[in-house]
Amino acid sequence: MATAIAHGRKPRRRQSLGFYGAGLVVGVVLLVLLVGVAIFGPLLAPHSSIQTIGVPAKPPDGSSPLGTDFLGRDVLSRVLCGGRSTLFLGGAATLLTYLLGTSVGLIAGYVRTAVDPLLMRSVDVLLAFPALLLMLLFVTAFGGSAAVLVGGVALVLFPGVARIVRTATLEISTRGYVEAAVARGETTLAILRREVFPNVLGPIVADLGVRFGWSIILIASVNYLGLGLQPPTADWGLMISENRDIISGNPAALLAPAAMLALLVISVNLVGDALVRRLGTSGDQR
Amino acid sequence: MNGSPAQALRARGLHADLLSGGAVIEDVDVELRAGEILGLVGESGSGKTTTALSMFGYHERAVKIRFAEITISNEHLTDQKLLSKARGRLISYVPQNPGAALNPSMRIADGLRDIIEAHRGPADGSTTAAEMLERVGLPADREFGRRFPHQLSGGQQQRVCIAMALAAHPAVVVLDEPTTGLDVVTQDRILSELVRLRDEQGVAMLYITHDLAVVSTIANRIAVMYAGRIVEEGPADQILRRPRHPYTRGLVASTPDHRRSRALESMAGTAVGVGDRPEGCAFAARCPQVRSTCRTSLPELAEISPGHAVRCFESARTPLVAWAESLKPRDVPPAEVPPAEVLQVERLRAEFKSRGSDLVVARDVSFAVPRGGCVALVGESGSGKTTIARVIAGLHPLSAGRIRLGDVALPSLARHRVTEQRRRIQIVFQNPAEALNPRHTAGDAIARPARILLGQSRADSRQRTRELLDAVRLPAGIERRYPRELSGGERQRVALARALAAGPDVILCDEITSALDVSVQSVVLELLRDLRQDLGVALVFITHDLAVTATIAERVLVLRDGVICEQGPVSEVLGSPRDDYTRRLLDAAPSLSASIEAWERAGGPPALSD
Repeated sequence: MATAIAHGRKPRRRQSLGFYGAGLVVGVVLLVLLVGVAIFGPLLAPHSSIQTIGVPAKPPDGSSPLGTDFLGRDVLSRVLCGGRSTLFLGGAATLLTYLLGTSVGLIAGYVRTAVDPLLMRSVDVLLAFPALLLMLLFVTAFGGSAAVLVGGVALVLFPGVARIVRTATLEISTRGYVEAAVARGETTLAILRREVFPNVLGPIVADLGVRFGWSIILIASVNYLGLGLQPPTADWGLMISENRDIISGNPAALLAPAAMLALLVISVNLVGDALVRRLGTSGDQR
Repeated sequence: MNGSPAQALRARGLHADLLSGGAVIEDVDVELRAGEILGLVGESGSGKTTTALSMFGYHERAVKIRFAEITISNEHLTDQKLLSKARGRLISYVPQNPGAALNPSMRIADGLRDIIEAHRGPADGSTTAAEMLERVGLPADREFGRRFPHQLSGGQQQRVCIAMALAAHPAVVVLDEPTTGLDVVTQDRILSELVRLRDEQGVAMLYITHDLAVVSTIANRIAVMYAGRIVEEGPADQILRRPRHPYTRGLVASTPDHRRSRALESMAGTAVGVGDRPEGCAFAARCPQVRSTCRTSLPELAEISPGHAVRCFESARTPLVAWAESLKPRDVPPAEVPPAEVLQVERLRAEFKSRGSDLVVARDVSFAVPRGGCVALVGESGSGKTTIARVIAGLHPLSAGRIRLGDVALPSLARHRVTEQRRRIQIVFQNPAEALNPRHTAGDAIARPARILLGQSRADSRQRTRELLDAVRLPAGIERRYPRELSGGERQRVALARALAAGPDVILCDEITSALDVSVQSVVLELLRDLRQDLGVALVFITHDLAVTATIAERVLVLRDGVICEQGPVSEVLGSPRDDYTRRLLDAAPSLSASIEAWERAGGPPALSD
């Protein structure tokens, strides 16, 4: 009781650029850089991404700053060209995942009828399959096009999102402001959109970075197994797998795309965490 | 103040400062003698808990403490290290929420044993866990000791915490709102237990509370804190019978009492927060007897009679608190034509469906609310009172019976009611922290019902919002703020404005003041009274607090386990209860007026025995 009042007593001041603010800045800068590379990288690439320019597995030197890959192609050019597919497929897959997961979670958590067990048990069935297995099944059945990859990742990942959103929705649904909305006869859609959704945004955003990382890894795994994007496409995930044999010859061929992937996931996480902190202060008051 | 009984605690010049600047408490002195209970009274944010914790050398991370002297049982604790080592041995702490304080994975006896060993070593078996349980009136058998905290009631949990605090025979026990979460009957038992322990063990207690009625039943002395300083301190009877600081007087005058149906006097303004305390007296802005010096210089805590000190230049001018007649001879309501009934509840029954069996939470509940009237539903937690309100609001299905609004029987659920029916019944919830959507501004929250239920345009509803804010006495500009930027009292008034926006006939108030400070509560109660008079709104007021009932309602229903055990006019039910359960509730409920009458008969509170 006392804490509830103490919380409300003073408008909380925005924290000046502290540790977390710095995280946001670093995250945003990194993300902008990486997206920039993905979009404009091909224009900057010194060589073609599919042309052999020298002996395979050549360590970095003057003509190719990151050396060559297992077929003798320029690693730098391939890194610059390989962001597009990763970023856009991963981004699209994550978006679709959240669209599906949030809708299912909101409905299951709010509508306390037979719909909830029906939705959630179906989700559980999907969760029971190993992610990669389900993904492979999907790709094998429908082919490895970009749309199938995106759809497959969303199918594999949305159950987790649905569960998180449902749990958060269950809690929010008992709040006074939701009950007040029910009592004044708002439509279910209006209640979900106005009262519930903005308040489950915290857990959703908190989870975003991890989920995005997962979708990149999943797509990379499928590519690695040769079922997704086909060589000679430049793709960071694909590059890691195809260059694994020459790690002693030219480690840069493997480390460079790996570093790009890592930076991408980290930057998305930094931005996500910073957003949660912003949302969190206005959200639940315990 | 010298001589017998022995001094248990002496703390002088306590300061706590935020690292970011700004004082939480300033220059606080606390003295306790053995066998004495000092009530430390203040509202949220006054610094009472910080004061208590600083004597343990404990503070939150953003706070720094310093002090001139802390002496407990003649041991001078000069630094942090000594203070830490004194915890449990010389001074111990009983928390507000025992459920959160006990380790849920540890059996009661094991928890007690740990404390004994921590203080004396395993070889010394002088006190056993069983003896400790016995001391606080709990069963000392093996079976009880093997229970886990969740298998105990709230009252039992709090007794275990008290037993733990007493384990090492400390000279001083600090109790931080120990009964706030408990119902009145349990609270009454704990309070008498504390008095007994004080008398038997000669332990000194610092009892922190916001509730003057509670403190009047157990404290020998009272210290009142405001904005981080003690503003008045003295014997309990003097402080409460003749408060000298205008703030103390304000608190006494705004404390409701179930034995008196007086109109509460509420204080102007709101408490100052840490960081914007003014230069002179912190109360000056709200003070009815302020003079120019108050705004520039801080009054000393000066003794006006032996043992009674006040921090006020004008303490001689503080008026007496008017105590109204007792309830019995009250001759309201006027016996004219009884006003038409807007809401009638007939043989209401509500159930919770759980696996297998249905749990009946309310059975055969019937009552009627006249236009502009107020019916109180009183009961302890689990009595079904909140469910009844939810059924009336259409948030919980009606299992049997009828709810009539005007002449029409209402459909069970809100979504089956027509807009006009939904408009006429509004509900305000208990917890101000959860009543408003944190993502919507106050203005949005208030404007929405007008648009949904009255079909007003955006511009119209904006105009209406301003009128409503005025009606609940919130300043303009509040409509742009988010709930997190509002205090508990402000949020609750926004929630009220939201209910009023629909122009309802009935407002269901579910414990709407129980999370508020007394001074804020009295403002809200006064507001409700005016709304009834000015707008003819009827209230169904749900509360566990009999004192609040006496202040606001004409009729009262006492609920127990979902059944009405007594109902009638407030003056009759509270004045001469017929039902055993009602009588028990009334006996257990602390009352300021009862304590004052008892002191007047005895000529002062019981003196300390040597």
